[in-house]
Amino acid sequence: MHPLTVLPSGRLEQQFDDKKPRYTAAEAITEANRCIYCVDAPCIKACPTTIDIPTFIHKISTENVKGAARTILAENILGASCARVCPVEELCAGACVYNAWGREPIAIGRLQRFATEATLEKAPLSSLLPAKKPATGKKVALVGSGPASIAAAGLLALEGVQSVIFEKRAIPGGLNTLGIAPYKQSGQAALDELHQVLALGGIELRTGVEVVAGAAGAGQVSSDTLLKDFDGVFLGLGLGPDSKLGVPGEQGAGVYGAVDLIERIKAEPGLKLAGSRAFVIGGGNTALDIAHELRLLGFQDVALVYRREEKDMSGYAHELAHAREDGARLLENRVVTEVLRDAKGALTGVKLARAKDGKALAGTEETVAVDLIAVAIGQSVATGVAKAFAGVQLDAKGRVVVDPKTHRTGNPKVWSGGDCVNGGKEVVNGVQEAKLAVKDMLSALGGK
Amino acid sequence: MADLSIDFCGIKSPNPFWLASAPPANSGPQVMRAFDAGWGGAVWKTLGDPVTNVTSRFWANDYGNTRMMGLNNIELITDRPLEVNLKEMYEVKKRFPKHALIASLMVETRENWKEIIKRAEDTGCDGLELNFGCPHGMCERGMGSAVGQEPKVLEEITRWAMEYARTPVIIKLTPNTGDINEPGEAAARGGAPAVSLINTVKSLLGVDLDRFVPNPRVGNQSTNGGYCGPAVKPIALFMMSQLAKNPATKHMAISGIGGISNWRDAAEFISLGATSVQVCTAVMHYGYRIVEDMIEGLSDYLDSKGMKSVNELRGKAIGAYAEWGDLDLNYNLKARINPDSCIGCNLCHVACMDGAHQCILIPGRTHAEHEKAGHTHIPASIPEVPVKAAGAVGRFLPVIDDVECVGCNLCHLVCPVPGTISMVEVPGTIGKSETWNDRVAQGRDLNPGSLDSTVAKRAGAKP
Repeated sequence: MHPLTVLPSGRLEQQFDDKKPRYTAAEAITEANRCIYCVDAPCIKACPTTIDIPTFIHKISTENVKGAARTILAENILGASCARVCPVEELCAGACVYNAWGREPIAIGRLQRFATEATLEKAPLSSLLPAKKPATGKKVALVGSGPASIAAAGLLALEGVQSVIFEKRAIPGGLNTLGIAPYKQSGQAALDELHQVLALGGIELRTGVEVVAGAAGAGQVSSDTLLKDFDGVFLGLGLGPDSKLGVPGEQGAGVYGAVDLIERIKAEPGLKLAGSRAFVIGGGNTALDIAHELRLLGFQDVALVYRREEKDMSGYAHELAHAREDGARLLENRVVTEVLRDAKGALTGVKLARAKDGKALAGTEETVAVDLIAVAIGQSVATGVAKAFAGVQLDAKGRVVVDPKTHRTGNPKVWSGGDCVNGGKEVVNGVQEAKLAVKDMLSALGGK
Repeated sequence: MADLSIDFCGIKSPNPFWLASAPPANSGPQVMRAFDAGWGGAVWKTLGDPVTNVTSRFWANDYGNTRMMGLNNIELITDRPLEVNLKEMYEVKKRFPKHALIASLMVETRENWKEIIKRAEDTGCDGLELNFGCPHGMCERGMGSAVGQEPKVLEEITRWAMEYARTPVIIKLTPNTGDINEPGEAAARGGAPAVSLINTVKSLLGVDLDRFVPNPRVGNQSTNGGYCGPAVKPIALFMMSQLAKNPATKHMAISGIGGISNWRDAAEFISLGATSVQVCTAVMHYGYRIVEDMIEGLSDYLDSKGMKSVNELRGKAIGAYAEWGDLDLNYNLKARINPDSCIGCNLCHVACMDGAHQCILIPGRTHAEHEKAGHTHIPASIPEVPVKAAGAVGRFLPVIDDVECVGCNLCHLVCPVPGTISMVEVPGTIGKSETWNDRVAQGRDLNPGSLDSTVAKRAGAKP
């Protein structure tokens, strides 16, 4: 079995407090008792994995916490992560009937966190899931070790299908380990959950192994080998590196890709981020996360620089509100046209232009002093690996094309799910896509 | 402001709110604080030969987030020396001459009764309450509910008390009896001018599932106790109104006891015949301060009904408390759901499906889905009316099938949004008022589908 991945201490992530800490038993029971136990509940419909939320909450109210965890995990094997990282305001809690009554919706995420964490710290994941079926002799390769692949591996293990996960990085878990805002979930919590899945057995995790087209060198494995040696392949590739602004001066110290910076905050011991003024460029959830994180790390002035208006932002309104509560500010209709550096190449500031409809207006530029810039304008797509598998199609945006019901790609032996398919959604979407893919894989493999 | 003062078989009280004989009326300082807070009277913690109590003594029945829906106790009568209690009662009466101070008494022999009645009345108290109700500890010693459950003994002791007492005697009754009329009539036969009820209900509150010992726990054991609090109110209302209706008992003044927590509860007891009400659990939960709301609430309620005195409220609901056989079989209700306030939780649906008459349908389902859900009658039209509440996207107002609805109230009771499901009167199916007793009188009290043997017996019995 893959050795337990333990992140080194001295990470900036460790300086963050939990924004929504686990309820105590008394808090959980009190909140659970507020739930009115709807029938055909809208929260279930709003959950991508259709967890039977009223039932698990009812179980918490009777102190049947283990039963609550079973109900959650039956639909979402990564229910512990999702409890911490799901944007419940947009999903289950956003659909709670209490909203329609002008009342605070049930804190579904926090209840789910209580049920899963309190149970999993005492009982192994396997004891909360259906008994593993006998080995089928089938074997599946999973490319990438993000939540979609981990969920797929766990579900396959329960069905008696062996799997091997290929992860090019040293630290497994994808964005669930390295990309979640630290005040929601620590990298170690994601890794602990990943290890609980691996402990189901029949899952091999190979880190530091890259999947490539053609001949494989050291630390690589060829896509053809996977197609040849395995009964099926699941592509859980995630997304690629941060996109660049493409303005003069961008290259060099002080300018970070947001996803890269979040990863370093979460995993790099001894990382130091100097300065007091930070610019975060972008309007999505990654931008909101890194702005919020930089503010909490002590940057005095953190400005979200967005080229359009607040209403156009793709980031969640509740995340913007929380970032603002902690002191980040939003600069609408602004575009950075140039990154300014001194003679030694050190970052000094930016040229900032006013914008209309997302386009810079000529002659409106001003110079603003800045100590750090985080660029959060999207991630490139991981098209290279996908293309290595014959028959796998990509859409115009570079996303892997699948049948939405089965998540099978154009290659009948290849399935795919998670960010590389949906373009970048939540952990819970990755889990649901893995569920669909595994279901179809099992029928294709003759498992049932 | 309505006049709340009462005359309880000669006992004057500024309002009908009395502390029941229980821990809140355990000592002089407590009762004085209660009177300062506004309580009109107090029935002192029961006097007798002092007892030794155990630890612990109370346990509660919680429901959801509601604490102490019911309270159970295994505490006995006072454990303080008699002279201490009597001295404090004297001091209370001296400082609060216009408040009602009642001595609760529980002793064994005729000599005991004679002595304690004299000593209690020497404090200047306004009346005596004979505790024939306590269902734990004392009854095993032949007192408390052991007396309340034996009408002859109860009558006998009542006679003794009436012989010795100079102040009004109130008989406190136990609900732990098959028919409350029996001890009530015995009290009347013994000459008592008043009764108070109910005392606590004999109970075992629950079990500690780790130790396998019931609660409240005394070491590794427990014992049955007396149950009180909001949970017992319906039992108390029933028993009290039985005596308020009974021609042999209705002349007695009644002090209502059992789960009274607020002015509304008090008004209900008074409307079913109580002159005063006694409160314990609510004070044990929230303190003496609750009486402010009780006084204000009752007074405003009486004003809103145009009643100048609480005495006008007394017994107002007794007449409407009928026997089942006198209820109108033609009276008919149907449930109606308010589309403006429904939040689409569908609790009415599941309650009706599994607990009533399968008459609430969720629109948007196919005919087959309605059948699978358990509906046996599916209306031709099931309109899809969206729930209007903000944010309730994609949910439809549940549909009442009037063909199946029996007007039982269950959906109205489970709906979490007050005022959303109302029960609306519709024309009855008989066409005129008719009671079961009418049918009995006319020999029409046999419904289709009755037992063959019942039908045969009826046929044979007919002239």
